[in-house]
Amino acid sequence: MAYLLVFFVSPMASGVRLAFTSQTGQLGLATIHQLVNDPGFWSSITNTLIMLGLILPVQFALAIVMALLVNARLRGSGLWLYIYLLPLGISELASGILWYSIFTEQGWLNSILTDLGIIHQPVIWLSYQHPLLLICTIVIAEAWRSTSIIVIILVGGLQAIPKDYLEAADVFHASPWRKFWHVTLPLLRPTLRTALILRTVLAFEVFATVIALAGSSLDVLATKANNAYTQFQEPHLAAAYGVLIMLLSLASAALFLTVLPVRTEQAR
Amino acid sequence: MHIRSIQQRRSGMARRDVLRLGALAAGGAITAGMASACGASSGSGSAASSGPLVFLSDQLSSTDEESAMRRQVLSGFGTSVNFTSFADATQFIDQVVAQSKAGVGKLDLIGGLQGDFVSLAAQIKLRDMSDVIAELRNRNFPPQYLDLAKINGTYRFVPWIQASYLMVANKQALPHLPAGADVNTLSYDQLLAWGQALKKATGRELFGLPASPDGLIKRFIEGYLYPSYTGALNTTFKSPDAVTMWEYFKQLWAVSNPQSPTYAFMQEPLLSGEVWVAWDHAVRMIDALKQQPDQFVAFPAPSGPMGKGSLPVLGGLSIPATSKHVTEAKSLIAYLTEPKTTAAMLDTEAWFPPTGKLPTNLPPALNGEAKAIQAMTNAPDAVHCELAVGLGAQSAAYDQVFIDTFTAIALHNQPIGPTLDKAATTLQSVLHTAGAACWKPDPASTGVCQVG
Repeated sequence: MAYLLVFFVSPMASGVRLAFTSQTGQLGLATIHQLVNDPGFWSSITNTLIMLGLILPVQFALAIVMALLVNARLRGSGLWLYIYLLPLGISELASGILWYSIFTEQGWLNSILTDLGIIHQPVIWLSYQHPLLLICTIVIAEAWRSTSIIVIILVGGLQAIPKDYLEAADVFHASPWRKFWHVTLPLLRPTLRTALILRTVLAFEVFATVIALAGSSLDVLATKANNAYTQFQEPHLAAAYGVLIMLLSLASAALFLTVLPVRTEQAR
Repeated sequence: MHIRSIQQRRSGMARRDVLRLGALAAGGAITAGMASACGASSGSGSAASSGPLVFLSDQLSSTDEESAMRRQVLSGFGTSVNFTSFADATQFIDQVVAQSKAGVGKLDLIGGLQGDFVSLAAQIKLRDMSDVIAELRNRNFPPQYLDLAKINGTYRFVPWIQASYLMVANKQALPHLPAGADVNTLSYDQLLAWGQALKKATGRELFGLPASPDGLIKRFIEGYLYPSYTGALNTTFKSPDAVTMWEYFKQLWAVSNPQSPTYAFMQEPLLSGEVWVAWDHAVRMIDALKQQPDQFVAFPAPSGPMGKGSLPVLGGLSIPATSKHVTEAKSLIAYLTEPKTTAAMLDTEAWFPPTGKLPTNLPPALNGEAKAIQAMTNAPDAVHCELAVGLGAQSAAYDQVFIDTFTAIALHNQPIGPTLDKAATTLQSVLHTAGAACWKPDPASTGVCQVG
């Protein structure tokens, strides 16, 4: 309890207090007004939501396939799990720099494409003129870095599914796809919900990958919070961005809890 | 039975041994603790004066720079110095402010840029450094740097290092210079024509600017473009000349590498070949000149219709009020400003001496930069700019206005006139909050500087 108070409740209360206090120390909505009128505020919300909308389906599709492969206990599946887990040991910034060296104009990707004769002039993947392409590079980098977190959660969920259900499906000669769609996926719903909440909250906090790959071309809420504090030395504005990220995270968690209810018999 | 009895005997002996060892260890620890406590109390004065000095900075933060600072610069000082550097000025300022407010700081010397000291002075009481500057009279610091070292009328730091911004080009780009153009006396129009010629010849945008969040494009706009095109900065912020300048900048941006918003230090895209012509801080391009001195050439920033705007960079040293090693810290300042040490700083870190006097036989990379900086300073059409004075805690908000204006006009293609009108209101509010009078190249003002 003391740990929670010192390390979670106290900084959160301090952040909320900063967000609702002006630079002159007056309590009120001055900082919130500054937040809403901050150049790039609305585009940062749009970019965050687009990024989230792309990351979640891509990562979950990948994670389900990877988790099923691990759970199928094929030959060498243990080795695959270790390979999947490797990016977990790399920090977000290091991952961003690594992917920058791949996507930059004179980077690996253009070198490989040139060597293969596919392109004759380097492609600028990280151009400010193509924000959607920039977001796609961020999604690829993020998918590489953090899909393994979801894989671990899903493997746990898959292993908790009683074999009886799948054996019963076998008795009725269900195809692998029908077994996955009608047996595995519904029983995996509580695990998927947990993974969705966790991944969404983490996706709201992604900033080092965005800074490394997009620089000042593109802002998301977390980069705005970071820049407000480090670059412009405005702790109140940074706290306001932080509070907004917290509220959006809570709202998304509430949404998933409502949209994906867990039936009692499944939870049992 | 036999085996069990041996085991019991062994375990019994082990228990006794452990107990004996534990008792010895506890006794030893108590004795050692008492001895060290006595030692500390009796020799506290000598421990305080002989311990390593703690030197914190927000410059020289890369691994190479930090290592060179320890091994080649500070190693010549008699006392051991613990040098730490933050890459982020905010972290540096937060650390100094936190220790100062707690009143139990461990820092003995801080080294930052002039703007950092202005920000610090707005939050904490910095030590009056007049005594140190008087003791170091023989260093012959230039009067303009001594003026900058004064914050609200009192010396708050001692000039330590200086640099400026300049341009570097890959020699492959030189054949594409416009007819009759000389890189040493280039105009902004010629720079644009050069960028366009490079694009026509190679199909690539080969001019580059450091426009990432950590890049210094704000200084290009504040200290180079505005003075060169309008002859001033704040007082001409939304003038017709400023509109012309932004129209020019949009054309230059169109021939700049579209990855420029990801560039922080231009030496990297120069070395990789992504950029052939770049503008940046001298220290942020020195690696390109050092690694391939035959491939790159340094030259002064161009001139505009009003002349050649240029901005100096000044770093200083100060002793925190909480330091317990003031005498040693003063000696360290004296050591760091000695000609021999400043020459080592120039050679290893590419930071120029605060006196402006350069050693003879400089290596080619530094010689190129030094010549370019001297050419800018001594240019007949030079428009000398000062670092922002009197902004205090509003320094970052001031820079933000210029970054937001750049983002709106260059990245989001918003109309120049209305963007400047809106930004001018914010700029005036920042200057008003700071109570800042105009600084060069703006004409002196009696009250708060008025945005024009």
